[in-house]
Amino acid sequence: MSDLKKIKDEFLSKLSGKLDISEINQIKSDLFGKSGLISTQFKKIGTIAESERKKFASDLNIIKDELQDLINSKTNELKSAEINEKLEKEKIDITLPERSFVRGKIHPVSQTIDEISSIFSEIGFSVEEGPDVENEYNNFTALNTPENHPARDMHDTFYLDEKKQKLLRTHTSPVQIRTMLKDKPPFKIIAPGRTYRSDSDQTHSPMFHQVEGLHIDKDINMGHLKGCLDYFIKEFFEVDKIKMRFRPSHFPFTEPSAEVDIGYEMKDGKIIIGEGNQWLEILGCGMVHPNVLKNVKVDPSKFQGYAFGIGIDRLAMLKYGINDLRAFFDCDYRWLNHFGFDPLDVPTNYRGLSR
Amino acid sequence: MIITFDWLKDHLKTNLKEKNLLEQLTNIGLEVESVESISGDNELFKVAEIIKTEKHPNADRLKVCDVNIGENEIKKVVCGAENAREGLLTIYAPPGAIIPKTKKKLVVAKIRGVTSYGMLCSESELNLSDESVGITELTKEFRKNIGKSYFLKSKSNLIDISITPNRPDCLGVRGIARDLAASGFGKLVDLEEKKIHSKNKHTLKVKINKEKGQGCTAFGSCLITNVKNSESPKWLKDKLISIGQKPISAIVDITNYVMLDINRPLHAYDADKIEKGIIVRNSHSGEEFIALDNKNYKLESGMCVITDNKGVLGLGGIIGGTRSGTEFNTKNVLLESAYFEPGSIRNTAKKLNLDTDAKFRFERGIDPLSIEDGLNKAAKLIKEICGGEISKIDIQKIETYKIKKIAFDPNIFEKISGFKISLKEMTQILEDLGFGVKKDKKRLKLTVPSWRPDISQEVDIVEELVRISGYEKIKYIEPIKQRKKPTLNKFQKLFHFLQRSIASKGYLETITWSFTDKRYNDHFRDEKKEIKIINPISSELGVLRNSIFSNLIIYMNKNLDRGFKDLSIFEIGPIFNGPNPGEQNTVVCGLSAGKKSRLSWIEKDRNIDVFDAKRDVIQTLVEAGYDSQKFFIDSETPNYYHPGKSGRVFLNYGKEQMAAYFGEIHPNILKQIDMKTEALVGFEIFMDNLKLPEKTLNDLKVKFSFSDYQKSQRDFAFIVNKDVNAQDLINCITSIDKSLVKDVKVFDLYQGDNIPENQKSIAISVTIQSSEKTLNEADLEQINNLIIKTVENKTGAKIRS
Repeated sequence: MSDLKKIKDEFLSKLSGKLDISEINQIKSDLFGKSGLISTQFKKIGTIAESERKKFASDLNIIKDELQDLINSKTNELKSAEINEKLEKEKIDITLPERSFVRGKIHPVSQTIDEISSIFSEIGFSVEEGPDVENEYNNFTALNTPENHPARDMHDTFYLDEKKQKLLRTHTSPVQIRTMLKDKPPFKIIAPGRTYRSDSDQTHSPMFHQVEGLHIDKDINMGHLKGCLDYFIKEFFEVDKIKMRFRPSHFPFTEPSAEVDIGYEMKDGKIIIGEGNQWLEILGCGMVHPNVLKNVKVDPSKFQGYAFGIGIDRLAMLKYGINDLRAFFDCDYRWLNHFGFDPLDVPTNYRGLSR
Repeated sequence: MIITFDWLKDHLKTNLKEKNLLEQLTNIGLEVESVESISGDNELFKVAEIIKTEKHPNADRLKVCDVNIGENEIKKVVCGAENAREGLLTIYAPPGAIIPKTKKKLVVAKIRGVTSYGMLCSESELNLSDESVGITELTKEFRKNIGKSYFLKSKSNLIDISITPNRPDCLGVRGIARDLAASGFGKLVDLEEKKIHSKNKHTLKVKINKEKGQGCTAFGSCLITNVKNSESPKWLKDKLISIGQKPISAIVDITNYVMLDINRPLHAYDADKIEKGIIVRNSHSGEEFIALDNKNYKLESGMCVITDNKGVLGLGGIIGGTRSGTEFNTKNVLLESAYFEPGSIRNTAKKLNLDTDAKFRFERGIDPLSIEDGLNKAAKLIKEICGGEISKIDIQKIETYKIKKIAFDPNIFEKISGFKISLKEMTQILEDLGFGVKKDKKRLKLTVPSWRPDISQEVDIVEELVRISGYEKIKYIEPIKQRKKPTLNKFQKLFHFLQRSIASKGYLETITWSFTDKRYNDHFRDEKKEIKIINPISSELGVLRNSIFSNLIIYMNKNLDRGFKDLSIFEIGPIFNGPNPGEQNTVVCGLSAGKKSRLSWIEKDRNIDVFDAKRDVIQTLVEAGYDSQKFFIDSETPNYYHPGKSGRVFLNYGKEQMAAYFGEIHPNILKQIDMKTEALVGFEIFMDNLKLPEKTLNDLKVKFSFSDYQKSQRDFAFIVNKDVNAQDLINCITSIDKSLVKDVKVFDLYQGDNIPENQKSIAISVTIQSSEKTLNEADLEQINNLIIKTVENKTGAKIRS
């Protein structure tokens, strides 16, 4: 056996045992130190006969690499074991709670208004607003509801002065008047907002929300009204088909007027919209009365169109299964948290209304 | 308006079923509100007689009655009515019956120790009338019905139809029948109303005063002499009972019947009680009379009254008086059939707060040409039932009704409805509805039936045609997905942004009422005017809110009471500065209570404080695109904030209005409203004061530039007087050289040991960087010295060594 083979076998066997870092360092210096066994062999190369020198050098290099690799890997193994041991000691109970966070929510009425705006945006409506305090003229007279009209009885009105000239708007329809007085036709707007009636029980609250719609152009007829509302209701309830019924009704500011019912049924105590044999009234609409157009200086022989008014709270209740209208305004933390929406859930055209 | 199918069939020949009827009514705009069966349970309510009454042993006001409920059955019933007496015929409800008014099921019950088997019912409990004092008193004619059901077995259901205010003609069964017939639901039965041919003179003189504001334009009447008033015959009683009305006497029942049948309100006077003839005039201020509802009414001037020599007999078209009312012993009847102006009726009724069936009809508009028909129909019935002689009809008028005419362009129909019907069809529908139709070149010349006050122009005709042809014929025209204008304007976008920005900081959005409790509002009113609601729903909701805080505090307190301690809520909405349209502002108002990190294993808890509120306000404004470099903050705030721990934010001082307040809510307010929380802070952002962005997001992204040269950080500690603001130091340092001072941060505030009493130490870290070169020690030393010198000179600070 050659010297080289002897060295190799001896140290391979030494390195195969369980060693600590100082023992490995000792081996390292025994082999590769200044007078280490391998270093010594390298010094011998010059003295070997030329015919064997090449093979010797090659063998020596192989052995050197082999031993060096083994020592390196042994060292790494030890180092990583040492780190692992340290980390093991740092282990914590990861099931402890995270640092506290709070979550804000958007009120379901606000979310519903954004949904409505998003849907109508797609078919070209823009959003208009008006003040909560209105004058008698904009709220009633301009809307073809003169004083002493019995239709005024249908609106229990909050007044701010004894002469009953200033009031809290009973519907969003005065925004129609303001918009048409301000601009020139065509008009294509929706106007969501707060409305007020002095009425208070389980299904009525003194304040509620409506969205007004108005589309006036040269040849807008009842078919456009029907198509628009059918589109809206389907988009809003996120269904492909909806059972819907237009039936004649009366509002002083539209003629012909209609109320719209949608079909529903109760399944396991939950309301299913769009099917079934029950009808639920959800909105009032009609063709804007020529008298209203005259009042806002729009020529009814040239322009015509439709208007509608929808109860926003009602829509939210139906869509999200909320039973009690009063709860909307009661600010109960538990309710807000349950029915509220994450502020990042913004209804948009491209994302759609829901996640 | 309540009808039955049976009654409808008096006017309508049809083979169709009730189910079809209900559908068709709704389809033509006569919305069916409810359908109630009047048979069924109601058969349990029996005619009964009280045989004996005894005082209840344990209660002064109660009686124990022995009640004969027929077939020799006697029941003991405890009753509290004063009119419960021996011999009274009344209505008995056995255990198991459901009381129509309360919808409660009766059970055998012990009342103060005495067992009561059933109940004796008042009229109001049976929904017969509003009469709730005492139990129902039946006339002796009912004696033969003891033990039988009071309500008739009827196959016809009560159909309650909601009649819109434009359709007074449908407040009579015939009007409804006419609409149905026009829509193809059967055929309208011809009424053969024969005129009264009488030679008897009408001996009571009637005069309508021609005066300003006279509410009566026509007054028709006839006398019926020598009548014998009695109970109504069975057919008439049955009719009234079938729609839930209570028969009274033949004469009253007949006037009611005619009103319900053909929508012609009438009034019957006892002619012998009228002093010398009738004058219809305006009332004088202070006149009084007792109406048939047994209330005394004091009149203002100008109300339309029917009077005689002695004074007011009744309010025309609204309610009669007791003085001239008919009774069972009435011998001579004056029957009135008049026309009253809707406006006059409405004014009077509103002022007196009176609502009657007649008023409801007259204020909507009664057929002015039905005066004679009504008299004919009712007088003949009275004669038939009560005997007597009918006089000639007398009609006094101060105005003659003019038939309305409309020239209708048939093309308008399709222009508005979007679908077509033939001219023939149009003509048919209109004729069925009572219109006169003549073709004239391109137009239809129409005469409007006198019972349709709602029709005066072409669009009214379109409505009739669409309504009767059916709304289902209207096509669906798909909306075009095209947007020519932006959906939201800049203000609305900002509203939307702020709303979601605040919510994303842990605030729950609330929506509270625009009105509030005066007591709370006063705390947050500051210098604003109180705006009262004249007719509030309750005194706690009596004023428009001057600040959103009042409501947020009320509801925050409710939530604290529910046991939630750490809570942030906000609202974005209007506050009111005055009672006129437009005197309102949109405010984002937030309120936080309690602690941060309560009961946390990892973080130390602390009270929520003014700097939490400040962060939420500033961060929100920065997110909304405002430049925080330009912000200016001082401590001028309204009196509802803690005077030392609150601030005011300007986005651009001197150039724009104040943008927001933030701070602790004044501790006195918390004390006064008894609010228990560790801390309460809030903020208000005034949207109307925020300048709307003029630049697009694209414009805002200016050229991207940065410096790669090394930056250095230098720390300074200055000792300043307490009244010097940190902001002053920051501004001072920033202004030294904007090209070198990149960032200024306050990292410590110290007051106490080693620092004079009225002074404080503020530690500031300044980041210095040039965009042209790496600064060497000499450069840095120079700027260091400049910072120290400037701060010391401008603020009186001393560098701490």
